[in-house]
Amino acid sequence: MSHDSHTAVSFEDVSKSFGPKKVLSDVSFEVAAGEALCILGRSGTGKSVTLKLIIALLKPDAGKIWIEQDEITNFREQDLSRVRRKMGFLFQDAALFDSVTVYENLALPLIRLTNKSRDEIDFLVDKVLRQVGLAADKKTMPSELSGGMRKRAGLARALVLEPKILLADEPSSGLDRITAAEIDELLLQQKAERQTTLIIVTHDVHGARRVGDRFAVFDHGNLISHGTAAEVEHSDNEIARELISLSC
Amino acid sequence: MTKILEFIGKVALFGSRAIADLFSPPFEAGQLGRQLAEIGSRSVPLIAASGFALGAVMTLHTRSTLVTFGAETEIPTVQSLAFFVEIGPLVAGLLLAGRVGSGIGAVLANMRVTEQIDGIESLSIDSFKFLVVPRVLACVIAMPLLTLFMDFSGLLAGFVAEHAASHISFHLYIVRAFASLDWTNFIPPTLKTAVFGFIIGTVSAYFGYTTNEGAQGVGKAATNSVVLSSLLLILSDVILVKCIAFAFPGTAL
Repeated sequence: MSHDSHTAVSFEDVSKSFGPKKVLSDVSFEVAAGEALCILGRSGTGKSVTLKLIIALLKPDAGKIWIEQDEITNFREQDLSRVRRKMGFLFQDAALFDSVTVYENLALPLIRLTNKSRDEIDFLVDKVLRQVGLAADKKTMPSELSGGMRKRAGLARALVLEPKILLADEPSSGLDRITAAEIDELLLQQKAERQTTLIIVTHDVHGARRVGDRFAVFDHGNLISHGTAAEVEHSDNEIARELISLSC
Repeated sequence: MTKILEFIGKVALFGSRAIADLFSPPFEAGQLGRQLAEIGSRSVPLIAASGFALGAVMTLHTRSTLVTFGAETEIPTVQSLAFFVEIGPLVAGLLLAGRVGSGIGAVLANMRVTEQIDGIESLSIDSFKFLVVPRVLACVIAMPLLTLFMDFSGLLAGFVAEHAASHISFHLYIVRAFASLDWTNFIPPTLKTAVFGFIIGTVSAYFGYTTNEGAQGVGKAATNSVVLSSLLLILSDVILVKCIAFAFPGTAL
């Protein structure tokens, strides 16, 4: 498998188990820089685990994972920290730090990982919060936000370091159609303006078709189909065809 | 048996990592300040009130016995020795294990369950250094200070109870309380509570940080933190009392 400068993420025969349960089995795929890949599949088929493997919150049992030119599988913590700075992660429930305000959630990585002055940090935080429509809520505690607002705050935190790769775990789960479409729009905007690579785990086929350039369909830890929407629609695998179908 | 040894090994490694990370940058001064406020300042009312109640009760109990033997003048001495040498350190430790141990266990477990710890890691921040080390260090620093609050509020309550019974003056009470008290009765027992603080911080942070049982794990982490840290605190007290007695023979009453 090649790892040229256009490849943002690459999986090579990656397997992962939790105890006796095999979650991923010899999975291989590539995501080109600036591309949006949507990962589809039924619950418990290893989609979120795939994201956590990409950002090295989990280590694979076998296989290799490449982030751009770095093979991260055997990286030490300080090297992983360098690689993680290229990535932003929007967690399913946003995973905001509930003991501090929205502003502090966003400022934390800037304070810790950059040499920016307090004014520069304020400017950046305000800019990203405006982008996601939360400019008026920067002093709000996460517990006071609605589901959609939490999601947008989580997205703002993932974007504040201007990552080259954005990982999103079910960005539209628990949201109404309109709010979900707003989140999709923000993702598309990020991709168009900054050429950010998007890797999105989702159950929302409509949203996935709007945002995704290519699709990976997982079932029982196996990658059963991979390609454009048209390619997956004409896949030999019935589950893949069903999951990408707009009628479901 | 293997599981118990494995568990002890894991907690010991967790504690060693906390000590090692304490000396490597970045130093989490902001987090340490927040934890000192949470663990230290907010525990003062509980510690002071408990010390006061315990001091009053102890004087009431010892008074009747000492009066029988005509030794009521020894009441302040007994009170100060009892509090400074053992009651203050041990009770303050157990109270802190209850209040703070459960808090640390539950907070960290909740952060684990709600993926906040993963969130910190995903931002290239070392979650162990950011969350665990300041909490353990805050326990180590706060414990001796809280012990002093316990000691002095116990002594104050002793005076109030004794004054009500015999109208002893505050000056005379203090003179008698400190007449037989040596520095070695005061400093080593107070400083030993730093070890209690380390035990409380490490054990409760271990249960919270390493939980993997979802929402149920939060309650379990809180309970286990209190039970195990209290137990280890009492066991370590036996060892530390022996060590102090060996190092400072004068402290043996």
